[in-house]
Amino acid sequence: MIEFRGVRKQFPDGTVAVERVDLTLAPRSITVLVGSSGSGKTTLLRMVNRMVDPSEGQVRIDDVDVASVDPVKLRRSIGYVMQNGGLLPHRRVVDNIATVPVLRGEPKRAARARALELMDTVGLDRSLADKYPSQLSGGQQQRVGVARGLAVDPNILLMDEPFGAVDPIVRTELQDELLRLQRDLAKTVVFVTHDVDEAFRLGDRVVILRAGGVVVQDGTPAEILAAPADEFVGDFIGADRGRRVLRRANVGGREIVVDADGRPAGVLES
Amino acid sequence: MNWVWSNLDRIGELVVVHLALSVPPVILAFVISVPIGWAAWRFRWSRGLLLSVCGILYAIPSLPLLLTLPGLVGVPLRSPANMILALALYGVALMVRTAADAFGDVDGDVRLASTAMGFSAWRRFTGVELPLAGPGLLAGLRVVIVSTVSLATISAVIGVQSLGSLFTDGFQRNIPAEIWSGVIATMLIAVALDALAVLGGRLLMPWARAPRRRRRGIVEQELAEVGA
Amino acid sequence: MNVFAEAFAWLFDPANWEGPDGIGARLAFHVVFSLAVVAGATIVALPIGVLIGHTGRGREPAVVVSGALRALPTLGLLTILALAMGLSVLAPYLALVVLAIPSVLAGAYAGVGGVSRTTVDAARAMGMTEGQIVLRVEAPLGLPTVIGGIRSAVLQVVATATLAAYIGGGGLGTYLFSGLKTGNYPMVLGVSMLIIALALVLDGAFALTQRLVVPEGVRVRRGTARLRSRPSRPRAAMG
Repeated sequence: MIEFRGVRKQFPDGTVAVERVDLTLAPRSITVLVGSSGSGKTTLLRMVNRMVDPSEGQVRIDDVDVASVDPVKLRRSIGYVMQNGGLLPHRRVVDNIATVPVLRGEPKRAARARALELMDTVGLDRSLADKYPSQLSGGQQQRVGVARGLAVDPNILLMDEPFGAVDPIVRTELQDELLRLQRDLAKTVVFVTHDVDEAFRLGDRVVILRAGGVVVQDGTPAEILAAPADEFVGDFIGADRGRRVLRRANVGGREIVVDADGRPAGVLES
Repeated sequence: MNWVWSNLDRIGELVVVHLALSVPPVILAFVISVPIGWAAWRFRWSRGLLLSVCGILYAIPSLPLLLTLPGLVGVPLRSPANMILALALYGVALMVRTAADAFGDVDGDVRLASTAMGFSAWRRFTGVELPLAGPGLLAGLRVVIVSTVSLATISAVIGVQSLGSLFTDGFQRNIPAEIWSGVIATMLIAVALDALAVLGGRLLMPWARAPRRRRRGIVEQELAEVGA
Repeated sequence: MNVFAEAFAWLFDPANWEGPDGIGARLAFHVVFSLAVVAGATIVALPIGVLIGHTGRGREPAVVVSGALRALPTLGLLTILALAMGLSVLAPYLALVVLAIPSVLAGAYAGVGGVSRTTVDAARAMGMTEGQIVLRVEAPLGLPTVIGGIRSAVLQVVATATLAAYIGGGGLGTYLFSGLKTGNYPMVLGVSMLIIALALVLDGAFALTQRLVVPEGVRVRRGTARLRSRPSRPRAAMG
């Protein structure tokens, strides 16, 4: 369980990235932090593994204040996936995945063997093991990133816009893959994105942030869609523009569903 | 200080001589490097060759070059012409890469747009590419200025007068103040010429007030010369 | 080309290579002295440069200081130190170390600092200590540029060591100054060409080293990047 207790972050130049956030994230589920740039979502995420220390308040993992844990040790126990994978360009795929286990002192051979298994888990062909990151496609790099995040079998997986840099088709594939993995592995996932569709697709729970690091709404996708907290949320999730409004229409005796522009979205089953 | 006050005439004389020795090679280097740099950018196949030649040229130690040029091209050994030729060669070696990069950094869309508007190749060069490469060229020119003014002092060891004469003379007569005044005068000339170049840049390129990218130091630019 | 024939004749005369004042001994001294200077400068400047590159702090002062050092006329520095310390090998050694520091420093901070901050960030997020980040990520990725700085320093030092003979520094420059005094141009020309050859050989050796230390994963990317047509050339990494 991850708890944010009254955390606030003000950078030395005076900008406030996060404004007094209280949040408790349920274990073994995906929580998505969503907001536009400058909403402090990444800062909030990075407080969990102490890449950023809060100016006020505390972050607790299983009732331990992370400030009391050595940051290096903490980071080695938490999976971290970032945009473009953040892979080390001078190491082969298998060594990239094995990085953290080796840092923790695991023998190289064992770590590599485990890395190969993880490649299966994330749907990467083992023949790619000896390639360098630059030889992979964007989607493959991202899968390596996920495998690396899972390498020490952490309870917590932090994902910072991991699918932001790949094209829409590959992104959907990767999202499906993540949901499948989550069904098997049941990690506590904190996922940051600026894409509301992605947030609703992946999140068991979605936290919407506004510029300046203020939480404006927090709930399941269904709750948020049913009752946007305010105009900002409504606008942000596209409810006002009718993007998410579907209507029934009768065509040739069959009920179909159309969107706000009258374009068919699907067939309604009774 | 006494030495300086009683020898102001001599210093002033040498400042003029030093300028006469260092300004022509800077101008020569600039005029020669711009077309070569443009060619290195425009004709990709020539880039490697041209930049390698410049790299090799820059790797040649200065005193041996000064002593070899007379045998090679027939300039008198103890002549300003020999110095100016050698300094211009180093200037070109330093400047071509910067010029090639400066042209390469011109926004491809701007270039494309000007072609689409009907600029001829020559008009595009003078009206678009050259002015837009200007800030990069200026940065290169500044490095050439500082390095040339400093390097010109070694003329003293082959018997050509310059502010370097204060070093050799001060050394032989054991007068540190004379050497110091030479060092300071050299650096002041470098600073003054550099400021002049910056001022010229402002007048010619009023649009390019703010530097677009992080400032590269002179040493970094020299490193670039040594090669990636 | 008659002078060149005479110069080569002098240079390849075995008699001129022998003895403590021969070309062999002076060439060896020149090389060893230059490498000792660069080693000294590296010991001083490399840790500072790595620190600047890793932390990103102090870059501006380093640029200013090394720029000023570089604007300093080498002959002026040599003669001042010689007057202050007397005609020994120490004055040219110190002067040359001072002159070599900017290149090594700039290569180090540019190399280490030039490693993608995203990569460094990822390494930190995975739980690498700062030392591990320097040794396992920044050092291998920045090494070609770091060596480029040392390469630049070597060139600078071989050239200035020639000049150092003017203040009794020894080495190959000794021939040049005695030849200028006596008007022995074939000797001057021969030794000049020898020094030029030495500089180019050292430069080539360092260029090769720089290439060899490019990590394979990075080299691969360069290879594939070249295959694709790139409309705008990304700015070449410094160094």
